[in-house]
Amino acid sequence: MADPRTSIIPERLSRVRRVVAVSSGKGGVGKSLIATSLALSLAERGCRVGLFDLDFTSPSTHLILGANDVQPTEDKGLIPPKVAGLEYMSLVYYSGNEAAPLRGAETSNALIELLAVTLWNELDYLVIDSPPGIGDALLDLVRLVPQIEFLIVTTPSRLAFETVKKQLRLLQELKIPVVGIVENMKMTQASSVKQQTEALGIRFLTEIPYDPAVEDAIGNPQKLFSTAIGRKVRELSKTM
Amino acid sequence: MHEWALAEAVIKTSIEIAEKEGLAQVTEVTVKIGNLQQVERPILRFALSQLRPSRFKDAKFRIFTAKTTLKCRVCGNTWVFNKNSLDKETVEAIHFVPEVAHTYIKCPKCGSPDFEIEQGRGIWLETIKGVK
Repeated sequence: MADPRTSIIPERLSRVRRVVAVSSGKGGVGKSLIATSLALSLAERGCRVGLFDLDFTSPSTHLILGANDVQPTEDKGLIPPKVAGLEYMSLVYYSGNEAAPLRGAETSNALIELLAVTLWNELDYLVIDSPPGIGDALLDLVRLVPQIEFLIVTTPSRLAFETVKKQLRLLQELKIPVVGIVENMKMTQASSVKQQTEALGIRFLTEIPYDPAVEDAIGNPQKLFSTAIGRKVRELSKTM
Repeated sequence: MHEWALAEAVIKTSIEIAEKEGLAQVTEVTVKIGNLQQVERPILRFALSQLRPSRFKDAKFRIFTAKTTLKCRVCGNTWVFNKNSLDKETVEAIHFVPEVAHTYIKCPKCGSPDFEIEQGRGIWLETIKGVK
């Protein structure tokens, strides 16, 4: 007759003011680092923030945060633990260090399950680290989360930005709010991405230079703010 | 007590369906729970009884467990899920998110994690009966 889980999801998120999915049509553009930096920056500014890693097949925010030995508590649902000041939820609590080889429908089911049983406190922001691509996760977030907004990440490469443009057009057609575009791993002064973004009527949020030092900050949230990503996203968070 | 969250979902969906079908009183709600998720029936039943709104005051909650069959997408082998082959932590992980079965369970015939949960995954609202 019916899957009972989907109808409870808006209620589970009813105490969350803004849900921002950090997303990209392409993988490897720095979504997880930007999502984590954004969540930490907003928390640093005194906001109540949750971070939800939806990249089930290749989660990495737990590594960036250095989240070890934490688990949700069970009390009429799952209550995410606090990690670096964030309410933090991830499939890794259950899949551990092993692969979670999920097909599309299985990804959807896991997403619905976690959205249905996770009890977030009152939050100003829930930042979602989305998996790459224009697939199940994006469509499910649009379908299930009434207040969803997207922050899109690209690199200067045409290989990334051409896909990102398709994603932007789709979100515009679906009338889903797009916070704006972040251009990551910039190595030249070219302004092509900025110009094309603005031509689409979408806000160009910031550009972040390629910074190899970010690798040394993985696992140390405070050190993240000494990197280009951390500094730029901290500035960006002031305009959210 | 994660069953409580599932019970809330069942009640919320049941209310929506009852309203849509114009049921003034709901007399029976049937819920199917897949064996894979290992939902504790007494806890689910207790939560349903505590969460019921007035329209459900005389409703009988029927809960039945469906066996879980898994089908390998690689070799076509079909088998029945049995929690006794797994340790307690793994059963608990699958209880919270049944899809992590793909992390811990392999086809007993060919060893692939690429299988389909044919039936008996998790919670499902089967039927609602009532009077208009």
